[in-house]
Amino acid sequence: MSEDIEKQEFNITVYTENQIGLLNRIAIIFTRRKINIDSLNTSPSEIERIHRFNIVINESEDVVRKLTRQIEKQVEVLKCYYHTNADVIWQEMALYKVSTDVIAEKVSVERLLRENGARVVVLRKDYTVFETTGHREETDNLISILQPYGLIEFVRSARVAIIKDSDGFNRKLREFERLEPGEDVIENEYLNQGQKVFTM
Amino acid sequence: METQTIVQEIGDIAEEAAKTPVVEVSGSVALLEALIVEGVDTIFGYPGGAIMPIYDALFDYNDKLNHILVRHEQGGIHAGQGYARTSGKCGVVFATSGPGATNLVTGLADAQIDSTPLVCITGQVFAHLLGTDAFQETDVINITTPVTKWNYQVTDANEIPEVIAKAFYIAKSGRPGPVLIDITKNAQIQLFNYKGYTKCNHIRSYRPKPIVRPQYIQEAAALINQAKKPFILWGQGVILGSAEQEFKAFVEKSGIPAAWTILGAGAIPTDHPLNVGMLGMHGNYGPNVLTNECDVLIAIGMRFDDRVTGRLDKYAKQAKVIHLDIDPAEIDKNVKSTVPVWGDCKETLPLLTALVEGKQHNEWLAKFNEYTRQEVEQVIEPELNPTTAEMTMGEVIKQLNEITKGEAVIVTDVGQHQMVACRYAKLNNTRSNVTSGGLGTMGFALPAAIGAKFGAQDRTVVAIIGDGGFQMTCQELGTIMQSGIDVKIIILNNRFLGMVRQWQELFNSRRYSFVDIQSPDFVALAAAYRIPGKVIDDRKDLPSALNEMLSNKGSFLLEVMVTKENNVFPMVPQGCSVSEIRLK
Ligand SMILES: Cc1ncc(C[n+]2csc(CCOP(=O)(O)OP(=O)(O)O)c2C)c(N)n1
Ligand SMILES: [Mg+2]
Repeated sequence: MSEDIEKQEFNITVYTENQIGLLNRIAIIFTRRKINIDSLNTSPSEIERIHRFNIVINESEDVVRKLTRQIEKQVEVLKCYYHTNADVIWQEMALYKVSTDVIAEKVSVERLLRENGARVVVLRKDYTVFETTGHREETDNLISILQPYGLIEFVRSARVAIIKDSDGFNRKLREFERLEPGEDVIENEYLNQGQKVFTM
Repeated sequence: METQTIVQEIGDIAEEAAKTPVVEVSGSVALLEALIVEGVDTIFGYPGGAIMPIYDALFDYNDKLNHILVRHEQGGIHAGQGYARTSGKCGVVFATSGPGATNLVTGLADAQIDSTPLVCITGQVFAHLLGTDAFQETDVINITTPVTKWNYQVTDANEIPEVIAKAFYIAKSGRPGPVLIDITKNAQIQLFNYKGYTKCNHIRSYRPKPIVRPQYIQEAAALINQAKKPFILWGQGVILGSAEQEFKAFVEKSGIPAAWTILGAGAIPTDHPLNVGMLGMHGNYGPNVLTNECDVLIAIGMRFDDRVTGRLDKYAKQAKVIHLDIDPAEIDKNVKSTVPVWGDCKETLPLLTALVEGKQHNEWLAKFNEYTRQEVEQVIEPELNPTTAEMTMGEVIKQLNEITKGEAVIVTDVGQHQMVACRYAKLNNTRSNVTSGGLGTMGFALPAAIGAKFGAQDRTVVAIIGDGGFQMTCQELGTIMQSGIDVKIIILNNRFLGMVRQWQELFNSRRYSFVDIQSPDFVALAAAYRIPGKVIDDRKDLPSALNEMLSNKGSFLLEVMVTKENNVFPMVPQGCSVSEIRLK
């Protein structure tokens, strides 16, 4: 299917007012179209009382563009952006629980940690908890390494992503406080892609 | 800071405070006060346990707020929609928690898809009972999230003035839509320091209108000025933006033929020389075929619904598309635009009119007329002037036009009669066509007509309803009886769920599966509600019956028996291109 070929991971960043209710309002924009949300993280932003959602989905850019417009249309959404993985710095954190006995007996824990950028969070007689932070492949890699030693429990966090080219976002967001924000703030940024939108 | 200024400042604050005396009022009173400041005169509602404090307060506001007791909350919300559509104001609806609130859902979905401004107030159980499966507790906020522009649950009376102000602002501004405010019973009862009500005109995260960009206006004008075969499609945005005059000026100066979506009907009169007719599945022949022949398509306040476009990959592929819309999410959603003219068309249209050259496109217009001639011959003439023994729906509308002269508000339900009424009703004025377009909600017309009349009391309101749809909300005859409102009801009885039957005939080889619907004696039903009525099945009685209905003081129900198996044509079958429109 040619559509699948165009699909890739997109990082959607949403700046919002208070979260109650909004989480659902944003989530249903995806679920209504039967689009799976691969990862969803909510957190405060650098500005007080503005929240930030990081959403990851695997879709074509055309679909993602339409989704972001629907998201930005929500009354309590200040701004919504989408970026490819190349446009962001992203990380996911994972925790792994293994039996201390098995691990102590069979592997060089130090090597394991060193090679996988992991660290020990808890070390008890009965079990040990490791943590790694990184890209999906890195956290996945440690699963496969630990699996033979009886991985008891695994969990991975949602993705957090910082936008590389985000100069001025902060200023823009603050401008929303004003009754009459400047033109560059109000306008939808897709308009700036004049050539793309305007093909004559 | 010097002491002087501080003292001065404290003095100012004290003075300010003295000017606005703080009064203790209940959340319910604050709500009703808010409605009055917002200019609300009519509320459609139904009481119940969780909204009783508001109804108790309403008892003392009888002289300022006209509350219409409906017979079902769905009726209430459709009435609110009808009111909004004819008045241009925001419809206001009250319902209790649980079943009262869930009964609103169809109307909310309808108002959301048709951009109708509504503020719905629902009662909710006490805040401390939320989430306990309390009696008549439902999660109304989550149920209604997909079908509201905004919703909010109030659990503290202090929030009421600000939240109601936001509700009205959001419902009415930008692309309008329904807002639901759920108020817990404790907040309705709670006394708080009421500091008055201020209307809302700014929410930092909400941009009701995109900024108008001169660059795009110029690009659009350049395209239009070069065009040989330009074509305008307009929708309800023109009406919602109160831009009828601006639109007319644009059409007349540019000389471009213009066609409408059913929600746009009436923005310019039916018999305007540049009004070439209706778009879409049952629209007119020329507008559909020539969509695929024009060189520049100018879409104004419409959203390229699939009932308008037919098969998208064969829709106007040859044309450059100029799309004027207030909602950025509509641009490029279904049809890729060449020039997106973001903004409120009340602002963008005059800018565009200023830049377009005054022209006449006589040859191009003649093409529309040629298609009209074919359509008249094959479809319209047999529908409006039938030689068959039985009456057609079209001739009823034609007769009605002759008597009302196009001055009435036409409210329609959903089905064949809706398409026939929209195709043939003469509309001289804007805000004269009230129909459920996007959702296609059967049962809409009777309650919407009640609301439409409350919203336009000096106009004649005629509801045109099918025998099926009438039975979905006929309990609202009770609302008519009790309120004494004057609506004229025409039931076009084909003894079928006609539109579904038509599809079964055309696409399911006449396998009529559950479309054969029986009806009660509608005239007797109306009589039970003390509404006079009449049934006719002979065309010679049609003019006198219509006259009797229209001249009757108060509501009247006229049932017209029409031919059973008539089909609405032209038709763009589902999955076909607009140029594959069939005349039979
Ligand atoms: C609430 C609802 N249920 C079902 C439908 C599907 N539907 C569309 S038209 C139609 C038939 C309407 O019959 P009637 O009211 O008699 O009008 P007619 O088409 O015969 O003029 C039906 C069932 C609908 N639009 N709305
Ligand atoms: Mg019928």
